Amino acid sequence: MSALLTSRRDAITLAIFALVVLTMPVWLQPFGAAYPGLMQKFAIYAIFAIGFNILFGLTGYLSFGHAAFLGVGSYTAVWSFKLLTMDALPAIAFAIILSGLLAVVIGYLSLRRSGIYFSILTLAFAQMCYNLAYSVLTPITNGETSLQLNLQDPRVIDSALAPRPAGLPSAGLFGHTFSGLEGFYFCAAALLIAFFIAQKIFASPFGMMLRGIKSNQTRMNYTGFNTRPYALTAFVISGMYAGLAGALLAVTDPLAGAERMQWTASGEVVLMTILGGVGTLIGPVLGAWIIKYFENIFSAFNEQIVSRFFDFLPAGIHDVVVAVASKFVGEGWNLTLGLVFVLIVVFLPGGIMEGVRRITHLFDKSRRAPPTPARLSTQPAE
Amino acid sequence: MDAILAQLLNGLDKGGAYALIALGLTLVFGTLGVVNFAHGALFMLGAFCAVAFRQLITMETVTIDPSQLSPWGAPLEIKTPLAQTWFGEFGAVMIEYSVPLSIILAIPVMLIIGIAMERGIIKHFYKRSHAEQILVTFGLAIVAQEVIKAIFGSNPISQPMPTALRGAADIGLWLGMGPNVLTYPWWRLLYFVFSAAIIAAVFAFLRFTTFGMVVRAGMADRETVGLLGINIGRRFTIMFGLAAVVAGLAGVMYTPLVPPNYHLGMDFLVLSFVVVVVGGMGSLPGAVAAGFLLGILQSFASMAQVKAMLPGIDQIIIYLTAVIILLVRPRGLIGRRGMMES
Repeated sequence: MSALLTSRRDAITLAIFALVVLTMPVWLQPFGAAYPGLMQKFAIYAIFAIGFNILFGLTGYLSFGHAAFLGVGSYTAVWSFKLLTMDALPAIAFAIILSGLLAVVIGYLSLRRSGIYFSILTLAFAQMCYNLAYSVLTPITNGETSLQLNLQDPRVIDSALAPRPAGLPSAGLFGHTFSGLEGFYFCAAALLIAFFIAQKIFASPFGMMLRGIKSNQTRMNYTGFNTRPYALTAFVISGMYAGLAGALLAVTDPLAGAERMQWTASGEVVLMTILGGVGTLIGPVLGAWIIKYFENIFSAFNEQIVSRFFDFLPAGIHDVVVAVASKFVGEGWNLTLGLVFVLIVVFLPGGIMEGVRRITHLFDKSRRAPPTPARLSTQPAE
Repeated sequence: MDAILAQLLNGLDKGGAYALIALGLTLVFGTLGVVNFAHGALFMLGAFCAVAFRQLITMETVTIDPSQLSPWGAPLEIKTPLAQTWFGEFGAVMIEYSVPLSIILAIPVMLIIGIAMERGIIKHFYKRSHAEQILVTFGLAIVAQEVIKAIFGSNPISQPMPTALRGAADIGLWLGMGPNVLTYPWWRLLYFVFSAAIIAAVFAFLRFTTFGMVVRAGMADRETVGLLGINIGRRFTIMFGLAAVVAGLAGVMYTPLVPPNYHLGMDFLVLSFVVVVVGGMGSLPGAVAAGFLLGILQSFASMAQVKAMLPGIDQIIIYLTAVIILLVRPRGLIGRRGMMES
């Protein structure tokens, strides 16, 4: 039981977080984002980012190949759907185990190097997985057409328990098929569990050890710790988080394509984590939500909407402003993302969480002497 | 024997591109100590200098000639490219050779982009960690590629090569073999010669000019050079611009081989980092050697016989090499001791 005991502060954070996540369908309504597909993405990518942060935020090892685990998780889940059952739990279990195994192999090799070499190694492994998924492994991954369910799938367990339904089944839990918001609540439950585990890791001596690796690995070694097993454990845990996220992507939409493993996908989770705040618990979640939200909203914008927005300007300026602004929305949303990202890295290396801290700090100043600001930016593991 | 020679040649042009990009990356890393993830984007920007140049000189003016009628009975519209109206016959030649000519545009443009990038963003990152440098340059790469996408669209824009260079050189004949035993496209031969020339020029610049000597001294010990009263920072800025030019020129000349699109840079970036790491961080000869080595290795891996033995090897050979070299010899082939090592 003692493992489940949490400090008061953490318990409150978890409770508030749970409240925020579970009431998403309500408070996202005014933002126009309260539909299941998007909210599922919010939950799934938050899990992905939390997991990535356990590696990057705590140990300082910057992996550029995390999408490989996401992809493997998706493929495993879809295969579990095809061969065994449409139940989500076995799919998730298999996905976590398999991506964990892959993470053991990749992590064991990559963690022999640090700094930029580690980044390049993870990138190389991920690119290998991606290229193989497109070429030689086509019998397993179905190449460019993506792995999908089809009517001839054996689905051994489902067929034994109940007559086969006509048409393609969708994923569910204990024989009950997800519909409406249920898929979202399933993902939200997974997110809460993932968040809870991450919280425990952050608060544990193990988490302290990882932070020690980040701030000065050499000193850790001299103190008599063999740091590599700790870093490897962190790597595997974060790989399993990515596998879980991949499996959930497959649960909400039973389809797995190799583009999920491309290095741009790995780059995206880096963006999320940095944007929100590296090394904080909430930061990566915020980053994931903001990126996924604006990706959805901004890419739906078009010239008319922009034009209406700038209606108050005189005609000549109006046209110029609209022409410029419309480059930043719709298709050009990535441009906005890139610019914001550059600005964040330059001016606010701690991400949104640092911004929040600075603002609260401003209000606090009048009451008590300012504490020395902590160095928030990540140092490479050396 | 012929087959092996053919594969060796096939690897040369790609190897040349890798070597040029890796050379620029290493220059930046060696002088400024910055890990530049936007270097692939500079290659892509160079390629789009060629596209922009061609679009500029082929812009058309339409004149209506009432004396002539088209087959539909309407007055004939005569479209003349701008370059032709300005320069006459010479304009036509310009359009024909638009790709090599766009080097003239690419050099100043890339120099300005490079210097602006260094002065604007990257100079704030000298003292910050490599992870942060990777992040900010990664952001810059996204911005560059999205700007290009906004201007030129997302479809690849093919650049025709001059008709005179379209065929293939019969290299077998030069080597005393029969005709048509060993042929090699002219443009790819040209690309190889071009990249070799640029590499030689960069090395000569660093070796034989005072500027190059100061830069090399600064690479070895920045502080001492600064103490001697030399403004090493400004020279390093120029070196960043130069690296951008090298990447840009590699991009310009590559356009006839692969039609450029906005994510060309990202495709090359991963590979060129692998090349730099294989060659050894901070080693210029290493980068060049590794570039050609990996290009040739890749072309060997895509031989049918090799693929039959090891399926899929052509897809992963470069990454596999990188992983092996990093694990067995982390300093790369000719890397300097203590460079980015723990």
